[in-house]
Amino acid sequence: MSSTIDAAETLDVKGKNCPMPVVETKQAVDDLGAGEVLEVLATDPGSVNDIAGWASSTAEVELLDQVEGEEVYRHYVERTA
Amino acid sequence: MSTDTPAPEEPSRADLAARVEELEAELTDVTAELSELRTEAADAAQAAAEATETAAEASEAAADAAENSEQMVIVATQGTLDMAYPPLILASTAAAFGYDVTVFHTFWGLEVLHEEHAGELELSAVGNPNLSVPNAVAALPGMDAVTTRMMRRKIEANEVASIEELIRTSLDTGVDLQACQMTMDLFGYEEDDFFDGVTTGVGAATAFQKMTDADVQLLV
Repeated sequence: MSSTIDAAETLDVKGKNCPMPVVETKQAVDDLGAGEVLEVLATDPGSVNDIAGWASSTAEVELLDQVEGEEVYRHYVERTA
Repeated sequence: MSTDTPAPEEPSRADLAARVEELEAELTDVTAELSELRTEAADAAQAAAEATETAAEASEAAADAAENSEQMVIVATQGTLDMAYPPLILASTAAAFGYDVTVFHTFWGLEVLHEEHAGELELSAVGNPNLSVPNAVAALPGMDAVTTRMMRRKIEANEVASIEELIRTSLDTGVDLQACQMTMDLFGYEEDDFFDGVTTGVGAATAFQKMTDADVQLLV
Protein backbone atom coordinates (compact mmCIF):
# COMPACT_ATOMS: atom_id res chain seq x y z
CA MET A 1 0.00 0.00 0.00
CA SER A 2 1.39 3.35 -0.93
CA SER A 3 0.65 6.82 0.26
CA THR A 4 0.78 10.08 -1.61
CA ILE A 5 2.19 11.87 1.42
CA ASP A 6 5.72 13.10 0.88
CA ALA A 7 7.72 12.29 3.99
CA ALA A 8 10.98 14.07 4.78
CA GLU A 9 12.15 11.28 7.08
CA THR A 10 11.26 7.67 7.79
CA LEU A 11 11.48 6.10 11.24
CA ASP A 12 11.62 2.32 11.40
CA VAL A 13 10.37 0.93 14.71
CA LYS A 14 9.31 -2.43 13.31
CA GLY A 15 9.50 -5.10 16.02
CA LYS A 16 9.66 -2.56 18.83
CA ASN A 17 6.95 -2.45 21.42
CA CYS A 18 5.32 -0.02 23.81
CA PRO A 19 6.51 2.58 24.69
CA MET A 20 9.27 2.82 22.07
CA PRO A 21 7.19 3.64 18.94
CA VAL A 22 5.75 6.77 20.58
CA VAL A 23 8.97 7.72 22.35
CA GLU A 24 11.06 7.41 19.18
CA THR A 25 8.39 9.15 17.08
CA LYS A 26 8.53 12.11 19.44
CA GLN A 27 12.33 12.22 19.23
CA ALA A 28 12.27 12.04 15.42
CA VAL A 29 9.58 14.74 15.13
CA ASP A 30 11.72 17.03 17.29
CA ASP A 31 14.40 16.81 14.59
CA LEU A 32 12.01 17.81 11.77
CA GLY A 33 11.63 21.32 10.41
CA ALA A 34 8.26 23.06 10.41
CA GLY A 35 5.98 21.63 7.73
CA GLU A 36 7.98 18.42 7.35
CA VAL A 37 6.41 14.99 7.63
CA LEU A 38 7.70 11.88 9.39
CA GLU A 39 6.73 8.43 8.19
CA VAL A 40 6.75 5.83 10.97
CA LEU A 41 6.90 2.13 10.15
CA ALA A 42 5.68 -0.04 13.04
CA THR A 43 4.52 -3.56 13.68
CA ASP A 44 3.11 -2.91 17.17
CA PRO A 45 -0.72 -2.96 16.82
CA GLY A 46 -0.87 -0.64 19.84
CA SER A 47 1.00 2.00 17.85
CA VAL A 48 -2.19 2.91 15.95
CA ASN A 49 -4.02 4.21 19.00
CA ASP A 50 -0.88 5.31 20.83
CA ILE A 51 0.53 7.50 18.06
CA ALA A 52 -2.94 8.96 17.35
CA GLY A 53 -3.42 9.75 21.04
CA TRP A 54 0.03 11.23 21.35
CA ALA A 55 -0.41 13.39 18.24
CA SER A 56 -3.81 14.71 19.32
CA SER A 57 -2.53 15.95 22.67
CA THR A 58 0.84 17.25 21.53
CA ALA A 59 1.25 20.83 20.36
CA GLU A 60 2.66 21.57 16.90
CA VAL A 61 2.08 18.00 15.71
CA GLU A 62 -0.60 16.71 13.34
CA LEU A 63 -1.38 13.13 12.41
CA LEU A 64 -2.02 13.19 8.67
CA ASP A 65 -2.75 9.54 8.07
CA GLN A 66 -2.43 5.99 9.35
CA VAL A 67 -2.21 3.18 6.85
CA GLU A 68 -2.73 -0.38 8.00
CA GLY A 69 -0.78 -2.75 5.77
CA GLU A 70 -0.55 -6.52 5.93
CA GLU A 71 2.16 -6.51 8.57
CA VAL A 72 3.32 -2.93 8.87
CA TYR A 73 1.46 0.13 10.10
CA ARG A 74 2.47 3.40 8.48
CA HIS A 75 1.89 6.59 10.40
CA TYR A 76 2.34 10.05 8.89
CA VAL A 77 3.02 12.80 11.38
CA GLU A 78 3.59 16.42 10.43
CA ARG A 79 5.46 18.94 12.51
CA THR A 80 3.29 21.99 11.98
CA ALA A 81 5.48 24.63 13.59
CA MET B 1 64.06 87.35 65.04
CA SER B 2 64.16 89.62 62.08
CA THR B 3 62.55 89.68 58.68
CA ASP B 4 65.80 90.86 57.35
CA THR B 5 67.32 87.51 57.91
CA PRO B 6 67.08 85.77 54.59
CA ALA B 7 65.69 82.26 54.82
CA PRO B 8 68.30 79.76 53.95
CA GLU B 9 67.93 78.35 50.46
CA GLU B 10 64.83 80.38 49.57
CA PRO B 11 63.77 79.13 46.10
CA SER B 12 64.34 81.50 43.33
CA ARG B 13 61.56 82.71 41.04
CA ALA B 14 62.87 80.52 38.29
CA ASP B 15 62.78 77.45 40.56
CA LEU B 16 59.18 78.18 41.49
CA ALA B 17 58.15 78.65 37.90
CA ALA B 18 59.74 75.31 37.01
CA ARG B 19 57.94 73.60 39.92
CA VAL B 20 54.58 75.10 38.87
CA GLU B 21 55.12 73.87 35.33
CA GLU B 22 55.94 70.41 36.64
CA LEU B 23 52.79 70.30 38.80
CA GLU B 24 50.64 71.55 35.93
CA ALA B 25 51.95 68.74 33.73
CA GLU B 26 51.16 66.19 36.47
CA LEU B 27 47.65 67.63 36.86
CA THR B 28 47.04 67.24 33.14
CA ASP B 29 48.11 63.59 33.35
CA VAL B 30 45.88 62.91 36.37
CA THR B 31 42.91 64.58 34.69
CA ALA B 32 43.38 62.45 31.58
CA GLU B 33 43.62 59.29 33.70
CA LEU B 34 40.53 60.23 35.64
CA SER B 35 38.52 60.78 32.50
CA GLU B 36 39.69 57.40 31.17
CA LEU B 37 38.62 55.69 34.41
CA ARG B 38 35.24 57.44 34.27
CA THR B 39 34.66 56.08 30.76
CA GLU B 40 35.63 52.58 31.88
CA ALA B 41 33.31 52.76 34.88
CA ALA B 42 30.43 53.91 32.69
CA ASP B 43 31.06 51.03 30.27
CA ALA B 44 31.15 48.51 33.13
CA ALA B 45 27.93 49.87 34.60
CA GLN B 46 26.21 49.55 31.24
CA ALA B 47 27.45 45.99 30.78
CA ALA B 48 26.21 45.11 34.28
CA ALA B 49 22.80 46.58 33.54
CA GLU B 50 22.58 44.61 30.30
CA ALA B 51 23.61 41.39 32.07
CA THR B 52 20.96 41.93 34.74
CA GLU B 53 18.34 42.44 32.05
CA THR B 54 19.40 39.27 30.21
CA ALA B 55 19.32 37.27 33.44
CA ALA B 56 15.85 38.59 34.26
CA GLU B 57 14.63 37.63 30.79
CA ALA B 58 16.13 34.14 31.10
CA SER B 59 14.59 33.49 34.50
CA GLU B 60 11.24 34.75 33.22
CA ALA B 61 11.45 32.37 30.26
CA ALA B 62 12.38 29.49 32.59
CA ALA B 63 9.43 30.31 34.85
CA ASP B 64 7.12 30.41 31.83
CA ALA B 65 8.44 27.06 30.60
CA ALA B 66 7.96 25.49 34.03
CA GLU B 67 4.43 26.84 34.24
CA ASN B 68 3.44 25.76 30.76
CA SER B 69 4.79 22.24 31.06
CA GLU B 70 2.46 19.76 32.70
CA GLN B 71 3.97 17.57 35.37
CA MET B 72 3.83 13.94 36.45
CA VAL B 73 5.38 12.42 39.57
CA ILE B 74 5.66 8.67 40.07
CA VAL B 75 6.81 7.13 43.32
CA ALA B 76 8.42 3.79 42.38
CA THR B 77 8.78 1.39 45.31
CA GLN B 78 9.21 -2.01 43.64
CA GLY B 79 12.33 -3.80 42.46
CA THR B 80 11.06 -6.94 40.78
CA LEU B 81 11.46 -7.46 37.04
CA ASP B 82 7.75 -7.04 36.33
CA MET B 83 7.15 -4.05 38.59
CA ALA B 84 10.18 -2.17 37.31
CA TYR B 85 8.46 -1.67 33.95
CA PRO B 86 5.28 0.39 34.54
CA PRO B 87 6.97 3.47 36.07
CA LEU B 88 9.63 3.63 33.34
CA ILE B 89 7.18 3.03 30.49
CA LEU B 90 4.81 5.72 31.78
CA ALA B 91 7.68 8.11 32.49
CA SER B 92 9.20 7.90 29.01
CA THR B 93 5.74 8.10 27.43
CA ALA B 94 4.75 11.16 29.47
CA ALA B 95 8.06 12.79 28.48
CA ALA B 96 7.10 12.19 24.83
CA PHE B 97 3.84 14.04 25.58
CA GLY B 98 5.93 17.00 26.73
CA TYR B 99 5.42 16.40 30.45
CA ASP B 100 7.98 17.36 33.04
CA VAL B 101 8.43 13.93 34.67
CA THR B 102 9.93 12.95 38.02
CA VAL B 103 10.24 9.35 39.20
CA PHE B 104 11.10 9.12 42.89
CA HIS B 105 12.62 5.68 43.58
CA THR B 106 12.47 4.46 47.14
CA PHE B 107 12.96 1.12 48.92
CA TRP B 108 13.26 -1.69 46.33
CA GLY B 109 12.71 0.85 43.60
CA LEU B 110 16.38 1.81 44.10
CA GLU B 111 17.39 -1.53 42.56
CA VAL B 112 16.03 -0.32 39.22
CA LEU B 113 18.43 2.64 39.25
CA HIS B 114 21.39 0.56 40.44
CA GLU B 115 23.79 0.21 37.52
CA GLU B 116 24.79 -3.35 38.39
CA HIS B 117 21.45 -4.60 39.70
CA ALA B 118 19.11 -3.19 37.04
CA GLY B 119 20.01 -5.96 34.59
CA GLU B 120 19.58 -8.67 37.21
CA LEU B 121 16.11 -7.92 38.56
CA GLU B 122 14.21 -11.07 39.44
CA LEU B 123 10.66 -12.29 39.49
CA SER B 124 9.18 -14.73 41.97
CA ALA B 125 6.36 -17.17 41.33
CA VAL B 126 5.68 -17.45 45.07
CA GLY B 127 2.36 -15.87 45.88
CA ASN B 128 1.85 -14.96 42.25
CA PRO B 129 -1.24 -16.76 40.97
CA ASN B 130 -0.65 -15.30 37.49
CA LEU B 131 2.25 -17.71 37.02
CA SER B 132 1.24 -21.34 36.61
CA VAL B 133 3.60 -22.68 39.25
CA PRO B 134 2.16 -24.04 42.52
CA ASN B 135 3.50 -22.18 45.56
CA ALA B 136 4.97 -25.39 47.00
CA VAL B 137 7.10 -25.78 43.86
CA ALA B 138 7.78 -22.06 43.43
CA ALA B 139 9.24 -21.95 46.95
CA LEU B 140 11.97 -24.48 46.10
CA PRO B 141 15.54 -23.12 45.99
CA GLY B 142 16.48 -21.81 42.56
CA MET B 143 12.90 -21.39 41.39
CA ASP B 144 13.08 -17.59 41.33
CA ALA B 145 15.93 -17.92 38.83
CA VAL B 146 13.83 -20.26 36.68
CA THR B 147 10.82 -17.93 36.76
CA THR B 148 13.03 -14.96 35.96
CA ARG B 149 14.62 -16.77 33.02
CA MET B 150 11.18 -17.61 31.62
CA MET B 151 10.10 -13.98 31.91
CA ARG B 152 13.29 -12.65 30.31
CA ARG B 153 12.85 -15.02 27.38
CA LYS B 154 9.31 -13.72 26.87
CA ILE B 155 10.53 -10.13 27.05
CA GLU B 156 13.22 -10.79 24.47
CA ALA B 157 10.97 -12.78 22.15
CA ASN B 158 8.46 -9.93 22.12
CA GLU B 159 11.18 -7.31 21.65
CA VAL B 160 10.06 -5.45 24.72
CA ALA B 161 12.68 -2.89 25.73
CA SER B 162 15.05 -3.88 28.53
CA ILE B 163 15.00 -2.01 31.85
CA GLU B 164 18.41 -0.48 31.09
CA GLU B 165 17.16 0.70 27.70
CA LEU B 166 14.13 2.33 29.31
CA ILE B 167 16.30 4.02 31.91
CA ARG B 168 18.60 5.41 29.23
CA THR B 169 15.61 6.54 27.14
CA SER B 170 14.01 8.17 30.18
CA LEU B 171 17.18 10.05 31.08
CA ASP B 172 17.76 11.04 27.43
CA THR B 173 14.25 12.49 27.20
CA GLY B 174 14.65 14.59 30.32
CA VAL B 175 12.94 12.41 32.93
CA ASP B 176 14.32 13.16 36.40
CA LEU B 177 15.05 9.76 37.97
CA GLN B 178 15.55 10.33 41.68
CA ALA B 179 17.00 8.03 44.35
CA CYS B 180 15.56 8.51 47.84
CA GLN B 181 18.41 9.46 50.16
CA MET B 182 17.00 7.77 53.25
CA THR B 183 16.70 4.35 51.58
CA MET B 184 20.07 4.82 49.88
CA ASP B 185 21.56 5.17 53.38
CA LEU B 186 19.44 2.27 54.63
CA PHE B 187 20.81 -0.07 51.96
CA GLY B 188 24.32 1.42 52.00
CA TYR B 189 24.20 2.70 48.42
CA GLU B 190 26.38 5.52 47.11
CA GLU B 191 25.65 7.95 44.31
CA ASP B 192 28.22 6.15 42.13
CA ASP B 193 26.21 2.92 42.36
CA PHE B 194 23.49 4.42 40.19
CA PHE B 195 23.30 5.24 36.48
CA ASP B 196 24.87 8.56 35.47
CA GLY B 197 22.22 11.23 35.52
CA VAL B 198 20.27 9.85 38.49
CA THR B 199 19.44 12.55 41.06
CA THR B 200 20.46 11.84 44.64
CA GLY B 201 20.23 13.82 47.85
CA VAL B 202 16.45 14.08 47.73
CA GLY B 203 13.88 13.03 50.28
CA ALA B 204 10.15 12.76 50.80
CA ALA B 205 9.74 16.53 51.12
CA THR B 206 11.17 17.09 47.65
CA ALA B 207 8.92 14.39 46.23
CA PHE B 208 5.86 15.73 48.02
CA GLN B 209 6.52 19.30 46.98
CA LYS B 210 6.71 18.10 43.35
CA MET B 211 3.50 16.10 43.80
CA THR B 212 1.54 19.12 45.03
CA ASP B 213 2.36 20.89 41.75
CA ALA B 214 1.91 17.86 39.50
CA ASP B 215 -1.04 17.05 37.26
CA VAL B 216 -0.54 13.30 37.65
CA GLN B 217 0.76 11.54 40.76
CA LEU B 218 1.19 7.78 40.98
CA LEU B 219 2.46 5.35 43.57
CA VAL B 220 3.76 2.12 42.03
